[in-house]
Amino acid sequence: MSDPRVHQADAELEAPSTRHQSQWRATVSALLANRLAVFGLVMLTALVLTALFADLLIRQPINAQNLADRFAPPSSQYWFGTDDLGRDVFSRVVVGARVSLQVGVVSVGISLVAGTLIGLWAGYRGGWIDTVWMRAMDVLFAFPVILLAIALVAVLGPSLRNTMIAVGIVFTPIFARVVRGSVLSVREELHVRAVRSLGASDRRIILRHVLPNVAAPIIVQASLSLAFAILTEAALSYIGVGVQPPDPAWGYMLSDAQRFQRQGWWLSVFPGAAIFLSVMAFNLLGDGLRDALDPKQRSVIESRGVE
Amino acid sequence: MSDPLLQVDDLHVHFPAGGRAVGGKRNPVRAVDGISFSIERGRTLGLVGESGCGKSTTGLSILRLVEPTSGTVTFDGTDLGNLGRKDLRRFRRRAAMIFQDPYASLDPRRTVGDAIGEALDIHDLHQGRQARATRVAELLERVGLHPDTGSRYPHEFSGGQRQRVGIARALAVEPDFLVCDEPIAALDVSIQAQVLNLLAELQDELQLTYLFIAHDLAAVQHVSDRIAVMYLGRIVEEGDRRDVITDPQHPYTRALLSAVPVPDPVAERQRSRVELVGDVPSPMNPPSGCRFRTRCPRVFEACGRIDPDLIPVGGGEGSVGGGHTAACLLHGEVGQPVERSEHPDANEIEAGLDGALPNR
Repeated sequence: MSDPRVHQADAELEAPSTRHQSQWRATVSALLANRLAVFGLVMLTALVLTALFADLLIRQPINAQNLADRFAPPSSQYWFGTDDLGRDVFSRVVVGARVSLQVGVVSVGISLVAGTLIGLWAGYRGGWIDTVWMRAMDVLFAFPVILLAIALVAVLGPSLRNTMIAVGIVFTPIFARVVRGSVLSVREELHVRAVRSLGASDRRIILRHVLPNVAAPIIVQASLSLAFAILTEAALSYIGVGVQPPDPAWGYMLSDAQRFQRQGWWLSVFPGAAIFLSVMAFNLLGDGLRDALDPKQRSVIESRGVE
Repeated sequence: MSDPLLQVDDLHVHFPAGGRAVGGKRNPVRAVDGISFSIERGRTLGLVGESGCGKSTTGLSILRLVEPTSGTVTFDGTDLGNLGRKDLRRFRRRAAMIFQDPYASLDPRRTVGDAIGEALDIHDLHQGRQARATRVAELLERVGLHPDTGSRYPHEFSGGQRQRVGIARALAVEPDFLVCDEPIAALDVSIQAQVLNLLAELQDELQLTYLFIAHDLAAVQHVSDRIAVMYLGRIVEEGDRRDVITDPQHPYTRALLSAVPVPDPVAERQRSRVELVGDVPSPMNPPSGCRFRTRCPRVFEACGRIDPDLIPVGGGEGSVGGGHTAACLLHGEVGQPVERSEHPDANEIEAGLDGALPNR
């Protein structure tokens, strides 16, 4: 063919025949194929239901003392035994789930919103805005998590609310970094540049093109951070700067139990197991989500699927 | 006769070289280093050059997707350098871009109808969902795709079809001017011709003006009215399509032309080839004098000292908008005689020619 102007466009005219499988559905099926992730999901569902219906599940008022039954071992009456004041450990663990989840969700919510905004702003704008914000995040990041949280609570005063604020601040740099890194690469992608060449505003580009493309790492990070937030709250409560007695929290139930190791193993085992299981559940789900959402693997398979 | 839609004057685009954060100046990357050209309304300028010569950067900086370092770009009488944010968006409605990689230029998460429709959304070019869908279907049909394919995702299309989607998206804003950045380089040869034909049809129909960027002359010569050849951030030859193809004056253009295969096997075997050795020098540190001298088969002594300007060359009177120019010392006397008094090296040039030629 010497002259490329020969007309033969019809070869491409007919519509492609493959069916669209939505990305959402693909993600869900990838997640459900992962047994560990499903296990995590099931445990989390149980945890959430426990927290929601704690009032129906408890067998005694959580602060009801029954001194006659101090240190009662697990039995049909006291499923998880009783503590040094004769309070029902089962009921306290159940209500503690509510505290742990609340701290996790609220503090991760704070760090997710703050970190995402900072990451989007710094990554999209670049230049000195990027430098200033990310150096500030580095400073926060340089402190050990627990130490920084203790310092913040010490300044704000120990309470449930301040614990959530402190944990939220401590985790903000993680989100800011994850988001900024993704934004830096997405911003330079050709399809984003193409939209800008059409005259799209920064707002439109950020909301409709950058944010959806960085959503996957944010979701994964949120899931993993929930585990660490619960752990951090437990640690803070354990050393007495988190949730204040008599409200039940797993962390300080553990620290109480330490004093009565000899009198009752159940005092430490059940709250400890609750922390362990919920942290593991979030971690398993987070890992599963990361595998299911991995933007690199997925987009390569999707966009080059033809070849 | 001369009615340029786009006029580029002494455009420079330099990028800071990475590596050192604080202190210590490094030479910037001179991606585009002083180029000028103009494109007349309804015409096509083909911009040709190797990878890394700055041709894509030129296209991006015209649309201000990359900020020029200096120089002016005038579009339909307006200096684009002074546009504020609002005016810039308005300008981007009149000038659109088609990208090289039809895989990467569409968001894999959104349907092609949405991608095209977004161009309409950005400039409020439709009233209501129904009108938007109708217009999207119209655009899809215009570029040779089935009007019902708007609900599909990019991965369901072949490369050629995706490029058609990219063209439809560019057309959605009803532009006067299109930068086509290697629109066929990523496509199969059999598809290339179809896309070229589509672009040609659209040009006739919609009176579009094109800047057509490509790395080989084969593609460009069929769609261009004029051709500019770029090397290391500079234009080394520019002229009417026929003049540049049939009577190339710069050694680099000749080398590019000899890389275009000739369909006749006998002729292909017999013709002499100009093969270039080595790589393109770093745009951070271009050679002194003529930038092409490190690879030029006809280099001589003066090339290291004199940086040649574009001067009129060849006998061909350009049929479309002006003459034929090349930036090479070999043509110091051919087109427009250079006064010997103003050109102190003319004698050396002649002396150098004798010695330099037989080497290859």
